[in-house]
Amino acid sequence: MNIDTIKDGYVIDHITPGNAIKIYRLLNLEKLDCQVALITNAKSKKMKTKDLIKIGQLIDINLDKIAYIDPKATVNIVKKDKIIEKKKLQLPEVLMNVCKCNNPRCITSTERNLDQIFNLTNKKDKVYRCHYCESTLEKDHFID
Amino acid sequence: MTKEKTKNLIDIRDLSTKEIDDLIKVANDIILHKEAYAHKCDGKILATLFFEPSTRTRLSFESAMLRLGGKVLGFSEAASSSTAKGETLADTIETVSGYADIIAMRHPKEGAPMVAAKKSFIPIINAGDGGHNHPTQTLTDLLTISRKKGRLDNLTIGLCGDLKFGRTIHSLISAMVRYKNIKFILISPKELRLPEYITKEVLEKNKVEYIETDSMEEYMKELDILYMTRVQRERFFNEEDYLRLKDYYILDKKKLSTAKKDLCIMHPLPRVNEIATEVDDDDRATYFEQAYNGVYIRMALILKCLEGRE
Ligand SMILES: [Zn+2]
Repeated sequence: MNIDTIKDGYVIDHITPGNAIKIYRLLNLEKLDCQVALITNAKSKKMKTKDLIKIGQLIDINLDKIAYIDPKATVNIVKKDKIIEKKKLQLPEVLMNVCKCNNPRCITSTERNLDQIFNLTNKKDKVYRCHYCESTLEKDHFID
Repeated sequence: MTKEKTKNLIDIRDLSTKEIDDLIKVANDIILHKEAYAHKCDGKILATLFFEPSTRTRLSFESAMLRLGGKVLGFSEAASSSTAKGETLADTIETVSGYADIIAMRHPKEGAPMVAAKKSFIPIINAGDGGHNHPTQTLTDLLTISRKKGRLDNLTIGLCGDLKFGRTIHSLISAMVRYKNIKFILISPKELRLPEYITKEVLEKNKVEYIETDSMEEYMKELDILYMTRVQRERFFNEEDYLRLKDYYILDKKKLSTAKKDLCIMHPLPRVNEIATEVDDDDRATYFEQAYNGVYIRMALILKCLEGRE
Protein backbone atom coordinates (compact mmCIF):
# COMPACT_ATOMS: atom_id res chain seq x y z
CA MET A 1 0.00 0.00 0.00
CA ASN A 2 1.38 3.35 -0.98
CA ILE A 3 0.16 6.50 0.61
CA ASP A 4 1.88 9.77 -0.13
CA THR A 5 3.62 11.42 2.75
CA ILE A 6 2.20 14.80 3.55
CA LYS A 7 3.93 18.11 3.24
CA ASP A 8 1.80 20.19 5.61
CA GLY A 9 -0.87 18.70 7.82
CA TYR A 10 -1.46 16.14 10.52
CA VAL A 11 -0.75 12.54 11.22
CA ILE A 12 -3.03 11.20 13.90
CA ASP A 13 -1.21 8.14 15.12
CA HIS A 14 -1.67 5.28 17.60
CA ILE A 15 -5.42 5.26 17.22
CA THR A 16 -7.02 2.19 18.75
CA PRO A 17 -8.24 -0.02 15.87
CA GLY A 18 -11.81 0.88 14.97
CA ASN A 19 -11.64 4.44 16.25
CA ALA A 20 -10.25 6.11 13.13
CA ILE A 21 -13.59 6.09 11.35
CA LYS A 22 -15.23 7.71 14.41
CA ILE A 23 -12.61 10.45 14.50
CA TYR A 24 -12.97 10.89 10.73
CA ARG A 25 -16.69 11.45 11.11
CA LEU A 26 -16.47 13.64 14.21
CA LEU A 27 -13.92 15.94 12.56
CA ASN A 28 -16.04 16.05 9.38
CA LEU A 29 -13.00 15.10 7.33
CA GLU A 30 -15.17 14.04 4.40
CA LYS A 31 -15.88 17.74 3.83
CA LEU A 32 -12.22 18.64 3.19
CA ASP A 33 -10.85 19.21 -0.31
CA CYS A 34 -7.35 18.08 0.58
CA GLN A 35 -5.97 14.58 0.68
CA VAL A 36 -7.09 12.52 3.64
CA ALA A 37 -5.92 8.98 4.28
CA LEU A 38 -7.62 6.68 6.71
CA ILE A 39 -5.64 3.56 7.47
CA THR A 40 -7.00 0.80 9.63
CA ASN A 41 -5.27 -2.15 11.22
CA ALA A 42 -1.76 -1.00 10.37
CA LYS A 43 1.08 -2.91 12.01
CA SER A 44 2.47 -1.21 15.10
CA LYS A 45 5.41 -2.01 17.32
CA LYS A 46 3.71 -0.51 20.32
CA MET A 47 0.15 -1.71 19.84
CA LYS A 48 0.19 -4.75 17.53
CA THR A 49 -2.29 -3.00 15.25
CA LYS A 50 -3.41 0.58 15.08
CA ASP A 51 -5.39 3.02 13.00
CA LEU A 52 -3.94 6.15 11.42
CA ILE A 53 -5.31 9.26 9.81
CA LYS A 54 -3.31 11.56 7.57
CA ILE A 55 -4.65 14.99 6.71
CA GLY A 56 -2.90 16.95 3.96
CA GLN A 57 -3.71 20.45 5.22
CA LEU A 58 -3.26 22.39 8.45
CA ILE A 59 -6.94 22.79 9.21
CA ASP A 60 -8.29 23.91 12.59
CA ILE A 61 -8.60 20.78 14.65
CA ASN A 62 -10.52 20.41 17.91
CA LEU A 63 -8.14 18.16 19.83
CA ASP A 64 -10.78 17.55 22.49
CA LYS A 65 -12.85 15.69 19.93
CA ILE A 66 -9.98 13.33 19.18
CA ALA A 67 -9.12 13.00 22.87
CA TYR A 68 -12.70 12.19 23.75
CA ILE A 69 -12.80 9.32 21.29
CA ASP A 70 -9.29 8.07 21.88
CA PRO A 71 -7.11 9.69 24.55
CA LYS A 72 -4.31 7.27 23.61
CA ALA A 73 -3.93 8.72 20.13
CA THR A 74 -1.10 11.15 19.32
CA VAL A 75 -1.38 14.07 16.95
CA ASN A 76 1.69 14.94 14.91
CA ILE A 77 1.81 18.32 13.26
CA VAL A 78 3.69 18.30 9.98
CA LYS A 79 5.19 21.37 8.34
CA LYS A 80 7.38 21.28 5.27
CA ASP A 81 7.70 17.48 5.41
CA LYS A 82 8.81 17.52 9.03
CA ILE A 83 7.01 16.65 12.23
CA ILE A 84 7.33 19.89 14.20
CA GLU A 85 5.18 18.91 17.16
CA LYS A 86 3.84 15.73 18.76
CA LYS A 87 0.75 16.33 20.86
CA LYS A 88 -0.10 13.83 23.56
CA LEU A 89 -3.77 13.82 24.39
CA GLN A 90 -5.72 13.33 27.56
CA LEU A 91 -9.37 12.96 28.33
CA PRO A 92 -10.83 16.49 28.29
CA GLU A 93 -12.36 17.81 31.53
CA VAL A 94 -15.05 19.65 29.57
CA LEU A 95 -16.58 18.78 26.21
CA MET A 96 -17.83 21.92 24.54
CA ASN A 97 -20.21 21.41 21.63
CA VAL A 98 -18.89 17.96 20.82
CA CYS A 99 -21.77 15.78 21.95
CA LYS A 100 -25.41 16.45 22.59
CA CYS A 101 -27.56 15.52 25.55
CA ASN A 102 -29.86 12.60 24.94
CA ASN A 103 -32.28 13.38 27.79
CA PRO A 104 -35.62 14.49 26.31
CA ARG A 105 -36.33 16.40 29.53
CA CYS A 106 -33.10 18.42 29.31
CA ILE A 107 -33.33 22.18 28.73
CA THR A 108 -30.89 21.76 25.81
CA SER A 109 -33.64 19.86 23.94
CA THR A 110 -35.78 23.02 23.63
CA GLU A 111 -33.81 26.17 24.40
CA ARG A 112 -32.14 27.70 21.35
CA ASN A 113 -28.56 29.00 21.26
CA LEU A 114 -27.31 26.90 24.16
CA ASP A 115 -23.81 25.45 24.20
CA GLN A 116 -23.79 21.70 24.69
CA ILE A 117 -21.50 21.22 27.67
CA PHE A 118 -20.44 17.97 29.32
CA ASN A 119 -18.21 17.66 32.38
CA LEU A 120 -15.97 14.72 33.14
CA THR A 121 -17.22 13.42 36.49
CA ASN A 122 -15.46 10.08 36.64
CA LYS A 123 -12.11 9.84 34.92
CA LYS A 124 -11.56 6.15 35.57
CA ASP A 125 -14.80 5.05 33.92
CA LYS A 126 -14.87 7.95 31.42
CA VAL A 127 -18.21 9.27 32.65
CA TYR A 128 -19.35 12.62 31.31
CA ARG A 129 -22.44 14.38 32.63
CA CYS A 130 -24.53 17.07 31.03
CA HIS A 131 -23.74 20.45 32.58
CA TYR A 132 -27.47 21.23 32.75
CA CYS A 133 -29.41 18.07 33.61
CA GLU A 134 -26.52 15.86 34.83
CA SER A 135 -27.54 12.93 32.62
CA THR A 136 -24.68 10.70 31.62
CA LEU A 137 -23.45 11.10 28.10
CA GLU A 138 -24.45 8.11 26.07
CA LYS A 139 -21.67 6.79 23.95
CA ASP A 140 -20.87 8.75 20.84
CA HIS A 141 -23.93 10.95 20.78
CA PHE A 142 -22.26 13.50 18.56
CA ILE A 143 -23.46 16.79 17.26
CA ASP A 144 -23.92 16.50 13.49
CA MET B 1 -24.79 44.32 41.36
CA THR B 2 -23.09 41.96 38.94
CA LYS B 3 -24.44 38.56 37.96
CA GLU B 4 -21.48 36.84 39.60
CA LYS B 5 -22.39 38.17 43.02
CA THR B 6 -26.07 37.26 42.74
CA LYS B 7 -27.09 34.69 45.32
CA ASN B 8 -29.07 31.92 43.63
CA LEU B 9 -30.29 28.57 44.85
CA ILE B 10 -30.20 26.08 42.00
CA ASP B 11 -29.12 22.90 43.72
CA ILE B 12 -29.06 21.98 47.42
CA ARG B 13 -25.38 21.02 47.00
CA ASP B 14 -24.61 24.71 46.38
CA LEU B 15 -25.20 25.40 50.08
CA SER B 16 -22.55 24.80 52.72
CA THR B 17 -23.50 23.06 55.96
CA LYS B 18 -23.13 26.41 57.72
CA GLU B 19 -25.49 28.09 55.26
CA ILE B 20 -28.08 25.36 55.80
CA ASP B 21 -27.72 25.70 59.57
CA ASP B 22 -28.15 29.47 59.31
CA LEU B 23 -31.29 29.14 57.17
CA ILE B 24 -32.77 26.69 59.70
CA LYS B 25 -31.92 29.11 62.53
CA VAL B 26 -33.60 32.03 60.79
CA ALA B 27 -36.67 29.90 59.94
CA ASN B 28 -36.99 28.84 63.57
CA ASP B 29 -36.72 32.44 64.64
CA ILE B 30 -39.40 33.48 62.14
CA ILE B 31 -41.74 30.82 63.55
CA LEU B 32 -41.24 32.31 67.03
CA HIS B 33 -41.32 36.01 66.07
CA LYS B 34 -43.46 36.36 62.96
CA GLU B 35 -44.22 40.04 63.53
CA ALA B 36 -40.52 40.91 63.59
CA TYR B 37 -40.26 39.78 59.96
CA ALA B 38 -43.52 41.22 58.64
CA HIS B 39 -41.87 44.21 56.96
CA LYS B 40 -38.45 42.83 56.06
CA CYS B 41 -39.30 42.86 52.35
CA ASP B 42 -41.43 45.99 52.11
CA GLY B 43 -41.21 47.31 48.57
CA LYS B 44 -39.71 44.11 47.15
CA ILE B 45 -41.28 41.97 44.45
CA LEU B 46 -41.04 38.22 44.01
CA ALA B 47 -41.75 36.89 40.50
CA THR B 48 -43.13 33.35 40.53
CA LEU B 49 -42.42 32.00 37.04
CA PHE B 50 -44.13 28.63 36.84
CA PHE B 51 -43.63 27.16 33.39
CA GLU B 52 -45.46 24.09 34.65
CA PRO B 53 -48.21 24.20 37.25
CA SER B 54 -47.51 23.41 40.89
CA THR B 55 -50.09 25.22 42.95
CA ARG B 56 -48.70 24.10 46.27
CA THR B 57 -45.12 25.23 45.70
CA ARG B 58 -46.25 28.49 44.11
CA LEU B 59 -48.57 29.33 47.00
CA SER B 60 -45.84 28.50 49.48
CA PHE B 61 -43.47 30.96 47.78
CA GLU B 62 -46.15 33.63 47.48
CA SER B 63 -47.18 33.21 51.11
CA ALA B 64 -43.52 33.50 52.14
CA MET B 65 -43.05 36.78 50.26
CA LEU B 66 -46.37 38.24 51.44
CA ARG B 67 -45.55 37.36 55.06
CA LEU B 68 -42.30 39.31 54.64
CA GLY B 69 -44.25 42.36 53.51
CA GLY B 70 -43.28 42.01 49.84
CA LYS B 71 -45.43 41.69 46.74
CA VAL B 72 -45.73 38.97 44.12
CA LEU B 73 -46.38 38.70 40.42
CA GLY B 74 -46.01 35.90 37.91
CA PHE B 75 -47.68 33.18 35.91
CA SER B 76 -48.70 29.64 36.79
CA GLU B 77 -48.32 27.75 33.51
CA ALA B 78 -46.38 28.01 30.29
CA ALA B 79 -49.53 28.60 28.21
CA SER B 80 -49.99 32.02 29.81
CA SER B 81 -46.35 33.00 29.40
CA SER B 82 -44.49 34.24 26.36
CA THR B 83 -42.84 30.80 26.06
CA ALA B 84 -46.05 29.74 24.33
CA LYS B 85 -45.19 32.29 21.62
CA GLY B 86 -41.74 30.77 21.19
CA GLU B 87 -39.67 33.05 23.38
CA THR B 88 -36.51 31.48 24.79
CA LEU B 89 -36.15 31.05 28.52
CA ALA B 90 -33.08 33.29 28.40
CA ASP B 91 -35.13 36.17 26.94
CA THR B 92 -38.02 35.70 29.39
CA ILE B 93 -35.61 35.84 32.32
CA GLU B 94 -33.70 38.83 31.05
CA THR B 95 -37.01 40.70 30.74
CA VAL B 96 -38.44 39.69 34.10
CA SER B 97 -35.14 40.64 35.76
CA GLY B 98 -36.32 44.22 35.28
CA TYR B 99 -39.78 43.65 36.77
CA ALA B 100 -38.91 42.06 40.11
CA ASP B 101 -36.25 41.73 42.80
CA ILE B 102 -36.12 37.96 43.01
CA ILE B 103 -37.43 35.03 40.96
CA ALA B 104 -38.80 31.65 42.01
CA MET B 105 -38.90 29.49 38.90
CA ARG B 106 -40.49 26.13 38.18
CA HIS B 107 -39.66 24.60 34.81
CA PRO B 108 -40.37 21.19 33.27
CA LYS B 109 -36.93 21.04 31.64
CA GLU B 110 -33.98 19.84 33.66
CA GLY B 111 -31.16 22.32 33.98
CA ALA B 112 -33.41 25.28 33.12
CA PRO B 113 -32.48 27.21 36.31
CA MET B 114 -28.85 27.18 35.25
CA VAL B 115 -29.76 28.86 31.99
CA ALA B 116 -31.90 31.35 33.91
CA ALA B 117 -29.19 32.15 36.46
CA LYS B 118 -26.76 32.92 33.67
CA LYS B 119 -29.10 35.56 32.24
CA SER B 120 -30.59 37.02 35.38
CA PHE B 121 -29.47 40.13 37.24
CA ILE B 122 -31.62 39.18 40.23
CA PRO B 123 -31.51 36.04 42.42
CA ILE B 124 -33.05 32.86 41.01
CA ILE B 125 -34.53 30.24 43.30
CA ASN B 126 -35.14 26.89 41.65
CA ALA B 127 -38.68 25.81 42.52
CA GLY B 128 -38.23 22.50 40.71
CA ASP B 129 -36.75 21.55 37.32
CA GLY B 130 -38.26 18.37 35.87
CA GLY B 131 -37.04 15.29 37.67
CA HIS B 132 -33.77 16.99 38.54
CA ASN B 133 -33.66 19.32 41.57
CA HIS B 134 -36.09 20.85 44.04
CA PRO B 135 -33.85 22.45 46.68
CA THR B 136 -36.53 24.32 48.63
CA GLN B 137 -38.36 21.04 49.22
CA THR B 138 -35.12 19.66 50.61
CA LEU B 139 -34.63 22.71 52.85
CA THR B 140 -38.19 22.20 54.06
CA ASP B 141 -37.38 18.58 54.85
CA LEU B 142 -34.20 19.53 56.70
CA LEU B 143 -36.03 22.14 58.77
CA THR B 144 -38.74 19.59 59.59
CA ILE B 145 -36.26 16.89 60.60
CA SER B 146 -34.25 19.31 62.70
CA ARG B 147 -37.38 20.63 64.47
CA LYS B 148 -38.77 17.16 65.16
CA LYS B 149 -35.53 15.41 66.07
CA GLY B 150 -33.39 18.27 67.33
CA ARG B 151 -30.56 17.09 65.09
CA LEU B 152 -29.61 16.27 61.51
CA ASP B 153 -27.03 13.59 62.37
CA ASN B 154 -27.35 10.10 63.89
CA LEU B 155 -30.51 9.16 62.04
CA THR B 156 -31.84 6.05 60.33
CA ILE B 157 -33.95 7.26 57.45
CA GLY B 158 -36.38 5.08 55.50
CA LEU B 159 -37.09 6.32 51.99
CA CYS B 160 -40.10 4.63 50.47
CA GLY B 161 -41.78 4.57 47.06
CA ASP B 162 -40.39 5.90 43.82
CA LEU B 163 -36.68 6.15 44.46
CA LYS B 164 -35.82 6.12 40.77
CA PHE B 165 -37.54 9.26 39.54
CA GLY B 166 -38.17 10.89 42.92
CA ARG B 167 -36.09 14.04 42.81
CA THR B 168 -37.16 14.89 46.37
CA ILE B 169 -35.46 11.70 47.46
CA HIS B 170 -32.33 12.33 45.40
CA SER B 171 -31.94 15.85 46.77
CA LEU B 172 -32.58 14.75 50.34
CA ILE B 173 -29.93 12.05 50.05
CA SER B 174 -27.34 14.43 48.62
CA ALA B 175 -28.08 16.90 51.41
CA MET B 176 -27.99 14.35 54.25
CA VAL B 177 -24.74 12.58 53.37
CA ARG B 178 -22.81 15.54 54.81
CA TYR B 179 -24.07 14.73 58.34
CA LYS B 180 -22.53 12.11 60.64
CA ASN B 181 -23.87 8.61 61.17
CA ILE B 182 -26.74 8.65 58.70
CA LYS B 183 -28.13 5.32 57.55
CA PHE B 184 -30.62 4.91 54.73
CA ILE B 185 -33.16 2.13 54.29
CA LEU B 186 -34.18 2.28 50.64
CA ILE B 187 -37.63 0.77 50.24
CA SER B 188 -38.90 0.39 46.69
CA PRO B 189 -40.06 -2.11 44.09
CA LYS B 190 -37.22 -3.43 41.96
CA GLU B 191 -38.23 -1.20 39.02
CA LEU B 192 -38.09 2.00 41.06
CA ARG B 193 -34.81 1.52 42.89
CA LEU B 194 -32.42 4.36 43.49
CA PRO B 195 -30.31 4.93 40.34
CA GLU B 196 -26.87 3.39 40.48
CA TYR B 197 -25.16 6.73 40.01
CA ILE B 198 -26.57 7.84 43.37
CA THR B 199 -25.72 4.66 45.27
CA LYS B 200 -22.20 4.76 43.79
CA GLU B 201 -21.35 8.44 43.38
CA VAL B 202 -23.20 9.77 46.43
CA LEU B 203 -23.75 7.07 49.06
CA GLU B 204 -20.70 4.88 48.60
CA LYS B 205 -18.42 7.81 47.83
CA ASN B 206 -19.42 9.40 51.15
CA LYS B 207 -19.24 6.04 52.95
CA VAL B 208 -22.88 6.20 53.95
CA GLU B 209 -24.50 2.94 55.01
CA TYR B 210 -27.59 1.85 53.09
CA ILE B 211 -29.84 -1.17 52.70
CA GLU B 212 -32.07 -1.81 49.69
CA THR B 213 -35.27 -3.73 50.31
CA ASP B 214 -38.74 -4.05 48.82
CA SER B 215 -40.35 -4.62 52.21
CA MET B 216 -41.84 -1.74 54.11
CA GLU B 217 -42.19 -3.73 57.33
CA GLU B 218 -38.75 -5.36 57.51
CA TYR B 219 -36.82 -2.41 58.96
CA MET B 220 -39.74 -0.40 60.35
CA LYS B 221 -38.64 -0.75 63.96
CA GLU B 222 -35.21 0.78 63.25
CA LEU B 223 -36.44 3.95 61.60
CA ASP B 224 -36.21 7.47 63.03
CA ILE B 225 -37.73 8.91 59.88
CA LEU B 226 -39.98 7.36 57.26
CA TYR B 227 -40.14 9.48 54.13
CA MET B 228 -42.97 8.40 51.82
CA THR B 229 -43.22 9.49 48.19
CA ARG B 230 -45.86 9.36 45.53
CA VAL B 231 -45.35 7.48 42.29
CA GLN B 232 -45.83 10.19 39.68
CA ARG B 233 -47.63 9.48 36.45
CA GLU B 234 -45.71 12.12 34.51
CA ARG B 235 -42.38 10.38 35.15
CA PHE B 236 -43.50 7.28 33.26
CA PHE B 237 -43.48 6.84 29.51
CA ASN B 238 -45.77 3.87 29.84
CA GLU B 239 -49.20 3.93 31.51
CA GLU B 240 -49.17 0.20 32.34
CA ASP B 241 -46.03 0.50 34.45
CA TYR B 242 -47.53 3.43 36.30
CA LEU B 243 -50.75 1.59 37.13
CA ARG B 244 -48.86 -1.46 38.29
CA LEU B 245 -46.56 0.45 40.64
CA LYS B 246 -48.62 3.36 41.95
CA ASP B 247 -50.16 1.53 44.93
CA TYR B 248 -47.21 -0.72 45.71
CA TYR B 249 -46.85 0.74 49.23
CA ILE B 250 -49.63 1.99 51.44
CA LEU B 251 -48.70 3.04 54.94
CA ASP B 252 -51.44 2.31 57.47
CA LYS B 253 -51.78 1.91 61.24
CA LYS B 254 -51.08 -1.80 61.14
CA LYS B 255 -47.73 -1.34 59.39
CA LEU B 256 -46.77 1.25 61.99
CA SER B 257 -47.33 -1.16 64.89
CA THR B 258 -43.62 -2.01 65.21
CA ALA B 259 -42.37 1.55 64.62
CA LYS B 260 -40.63 3.72 67.20
CA LYS B 261 -42.81 5.99 69.34
CA ASP B 262 -40.96 9.03 68.03
CA LEU B 263 -40.86 8.03 64.38
CA CYS B 264 -41.34 11.00 62.12
CA ILE B 265 -43.50 10.26 59.04
CA MET B 266 -42.85 12.66 56.19
CA HIS B 267 -44.25 13.18 52.70
CA PRO B 268 -43.68 16.06 50.26
CA LEU B 269 -47.44 16.15 49.45
CA PRO B 270 -49.71 15.93 47.60
CA ARG B 271 -50.29 12.30 48.49
CA VAL B 272 -52.47 9.91 46.56
CA ASN B 273 -52.94 6.55 48.30
CA GLU B 274 -49.52 5.93 49.79
CA ILE B 275 -50.49 7.07 53.30
CA ALA B 276 -53.91 5.94 54.57
CA THR B 277 -55.88 8.86 56.02
CA GLU B 278 -56.18 6.93 59.30
CA VAL B 279 -52.49 7.73 59.85
CA ASP B 280 -53.19 11.49 59.85
CA ASP B 281 -54.33 11.40 63.50
CA ASP B 282 -51.17 9.61 64.62
CA ASP B 283 -48.77 11.92 66.48
CA ARG B 284 -46.00 10.63 64.28
CA ALA B 285 -47.58 12.04 61.11
CA THR B 286 -45.48 15.09 60.28
CA TYR B 287 -46.43 15.83 56.66
CA PHE B 288 -48.81 18.74 57.23
CA GLU B 289 -46.37 20.39 59.60
CA GLN B 290 -43.75 19.83 56.90
CA ALA B 291 -45.90 21.82 54.46
CA TYR B 292 -46.23 24.71 56.95
CA ASN B 293 -42.48 24.66 57.52
CA GLY B 294 -42.02 25.16 53.78
CA VAL B 295 -43.25 28.73 54.03
CA TYR B 296 -40.83 29.64 56.84
CA ILE B 297 -37.74 28.16 55.23
CA ARG B 298 -38.67 29.96 51.99
CA MET B 299 -38.95 33.20 53.98
CA ALA B 300 -35.47 32.60 55.37
CA LEU B 301 -34.18 31.83 51.88
CA ILE B 302 -35.70 34.93 50.29
CA LEU B 303 -34.10 37.04 53.04
CA LYS B 304 -30.73 35.39 52.44
CA CYS B 305 -30.89 35.89 48.67
CA LEU B 306 -31.92 39.53 48.99
CA GLU B 307 -29.35 40.30 51.66
CA GLY B 308 -27.07 43.17 50.70
CA ARG B 309 -29.07 44.13 47.59
CA GLU B 310 -30.54 47.60 47.16
ZN1 LIG C 1 -28.81 17.45 29.54
